[in-house]
Amino acid sequence: MLKKLLLTFAFVAFGISANAQDLETLVAQLPEGSYSDRAKVVQAISQTGDERAFAVLEALSGGNLHFHKSEGIIVEVREIGGEDIAFNILDNTEIGPVGRRDTKKIKVNNGLRREISAVLGNMYLQNPDPDKRIEAANAVFKSGDPAQLEALDAAISAESDGEVATALVEAHAVATLNSDAPAAEKLAAIATLRERGDRDAQGVLSKFTGDADLGEAATTAIAEIEKVQKLWGLGQNVWYGLSLGSVLLLAAIGLAITFGVMGVINMAHGELIMLGAYTTFAVQEYIRNAMPELFDYSLLIAAPLAFLVAGSVGVGIERGIVRHLYGRPLETLLATWGVSLILQQTVRSIFGPNNREVGNPEWMSGAFEIGAMTITYSRMWILVFSLIVFTGLLLLLKRTSMGLRMRAVTQNRAMAADMGINTGWVDAMTFGLGAGIAGLAGVALSQIDNVSPNLGQSYIVDSFMVVVFGGAGNLWGALAGAFSLGVANKFLEPFAGAVLAKILVLVFIILFIQKRPRGLFALKGRAVEN
Amino acid sequence: MFKRLIDLRMGLFLAALFIVTVAVPIGNLMMEGKPVPSYAVALLGKYLCYALLAVSLDLVWGFAGILSLGHGAFFALGGYAMGMHLMREIGTRGVYADPVLPDFMVFLNYEELPWFWLGFDSFWFAAIMVMVVPGILAFVFGWLAFRSRVTGVYLSIITQAMTYALMLAFFRNEMGLGGNNGLTDFKDVLGFSLQSDATRAGLFVAAAIALTAGLLISKYITTSKLGKVLVGVRDAESRTRFIGYRVEGYKLFVFVVSAMMAGIAGAIYTPIVGIINPGEFSPANSIEIVIWVALGGRGTLVGAAIGAIVVALTKTLLTGWIPEVWLFALGGMFVLVTLYLPNGVLGAVEDIINKFKSKPEVPA
Repeated sequence: MLKKLLLTFAFVAFGISANAQDLETLVAQLPEGSYSDRAKVVQAISQTGDERAFAVLEALSGGNLHFHKSEGIIVEVREIGGEDIAFNILDNTEIGPVGRRDTKKIKVNNGLRREISAVLGNMYLQNPDPDKRIEAANAVFKSGDPAQLEALDAAISAESDGEVATALVEAHAVATLNSDAPAAEKLAAIATLRERGDRDAQGVLSKFTGDADLGEAATTAIAEIEKVQKLWGLGQNVWYGLSLGSVLLLAAIGLAITFGVMGVINMAHGELIMLGAYTTFAVQEYIRNAMPELFDYSLLIAAPLAFLVAGSVGVGIERGIVRHLYGRPLETLLATWGVSLILQQTVRSIFGPNNREVGNPEWMSGAFEIGAMTITYSRMWILVFSLIVFTGLLLLLKRTSMGLRMRAVTQNRAMAADMGINTGWVDAMTFGLGAGIAGLAGVALSQIDNVSPNLGQSYIVDSFMVVVFGGAGNLWGALAGAFSLGVANKFLEPFAGAVLAKILVLVFIILFIQKRPRGLFALKGRAVEN
Repeated sequence: MFKRLIDLRMGLFLAALFIVTVAVPIGNLMMEGKPVPSYAVALLGKYLCYALLAVSLDLVWGFAGILSLGHGAFFALGGYAMGMHLMREIGTRGVYADPVLPDFMVFLNYEELPWFWLGFDSFWFAAIMVMVVPGILAFVFGWLAFRSRVTGVYLSIITQAMTYALMLAFFRNEMGLGGNNGLTDFKDVLGFSLQSDATRAGLFVAAAIALTAGLLISKYITTSKLGKVLVGVRDAESRTRFIGYRVEGYKLFVFVVSAMMAGIAGAIYTPIVGIINPGEFSPANSIEIVIWVALGGRGTLVGAAIGAIVVALTKTLLTGWIPEVWLFALGGMFVLVTLYLPNGVLGAVEDIINKFKSKPEVPA
């Protein structure tokens, strides 16, 4: 009491008007008077514009606000570890544990609770932060409390942000449906929810399908929402398919080059991808220890290094082994398989057999939403990256003299040699290029897959399928093959399950090869086999 | 006839195989102190199954130029067919003691035996299926592939896709074949307990007989007129076609025979090792078969069998002593053999012998 007197005195002394009372005074008044007095104080608290008002009102509504007898202040009592601990509601400092006798609860009844929730909703809806306003609108959407209608009306008329306004209107619609508003208004509300067209709206509407006036409108709205949802589901599936396709494209495109230009099946291709992934791991380890502030750039640093590491291993394979086996594709296949085993075991001996942790930089983690679709940043960047690699490669082949030589060797090795092209050198560079791209693929795959010595094995069959399906020696074939196989896989999955979908795709390719033994985009030529 | 089938190296190999086949069971069963331990009998039996598998691959790769990277699939299918019979023989001795359903089906709440399990309670039905199932797969696959002239690396890759797809399929519990655990816990075969030394020795002898038969049949096929056409297909497929041979038919025939042979190898392998699981379908396994043949000598039949035994023995020894080295050794073998021993060890040895004799070499 003494404290209150002092406070009042202080206000008078400092000339602060009684109308614009501050939170401290109002909170101190809470324990007194009847419920209706308390309601007035609650209203007044909501007018202060003080950030702390939220905490006070929420604690009051939850019945956790107490008057601390010995300290003479208002506290929130929280149960922590089975013990009641009091916190000063205004500055959130811990007062200490309290027994039942130490405090007196500030009582609330249902009427007051309703009042508080309306006031709180209003306060949230007028929060200067638009995100908070959307949150508040969504909270009303969930509760569907008709008591918030007035606050919503006020907020809608004052709102300037389009996104917030939509959320408010939708919340208003739910509240209207739950209120005793005339049927016409409710029908308009149903139309609003139909516009929104997501599962939440469907959930709200499903409560009204049995209603005499609204049942029909609600049922058709639900049907329409379902249609929209199906479309979004389709879109999401296409996205998953494209995402898988981009991974396949990255894994297969290097193979398409070596196979297409040189007719060499490189079974160690998967292991070159793995080398790229381990390069990323090593770069990240170094950055973590030496200069953690560069972590967000680790992938950009790792990419050229991975290209170099895998590329030079590729050149080594070509010069050391493949060169001696030209014209014997099956032997090349076996020898490169041997190389793949050696690379696998080398990595296993150096880095150990277990999965290695490769972190996502900030810009690679998280997700965003388009309508009802969720798109993760890592998958999106990998798609972008695969298209960049594809375009770069296409330009290299079509616009540079190096590319010209490569194409010349593809089309007629003997004649290219006659024209003075050093086919041996072109072979080495081509193989190195294909291998380097496998390394780049490894950088991308390290973000979504386990980095282990077996990483390459899991991609080898798939990437061969892409090349065989698309047609060797044609980058567009690899692109079409990767994306159509990716999308086909993801569209089969809901019906058949992941494993069966994969089996069906494999069977399809095996049958497809019968029809077009050289793939979708076969190089046209007159050469006889053998 | 006899001379045609048994040349010098075939004769030497079969003689050696005969001596081992007689000596091992005697050493294990009849001699004091068991100079041949029981585990060695099982191990040798396993190697002989591998040898038969290698011979079957050599028949298609060495003589018809079809590099199948999916021969492990035929082997595993044969193994599964035999495994299904062995599962049915368990009867009520399983953990759940169900008279009809194998343990894993009780565990997965099957009501009754799936249709494709019917008949496998009879050994002879299973024995036929061991050849028929891989044979049908090879026939359908080969008919589609050879008819549309899928050759070379393309064929290799789709055979690899075939075994990969089968592996994924057999890993599924819904397949009704034990999922990733495969079929195991066998008790006996034809009433003989699989735990007893006598049965082990019997299976070993069966493997040896199957290998001998496989070698002789392959030799018979490859030295016949049909075999000559096959070699023509291998070396110049288009030319053979232009001469007027129906290349597809020849290839299909030898592919199906080879798949059946691989199936038999798998069927004997399953009771010897006591388990068959989807891992047998893995593409890596199938490629390993190729190195057996390449190391021993492609197109020599006997060399393929020797290669399989040598590589499998090396694998057992190395993975026991220093496991890290095994993949280096296997990988190195692939590289070195393809680079320096295009005709395999047997081919290299015979080259040297021929040089001493200074006689012109006759191609196989």
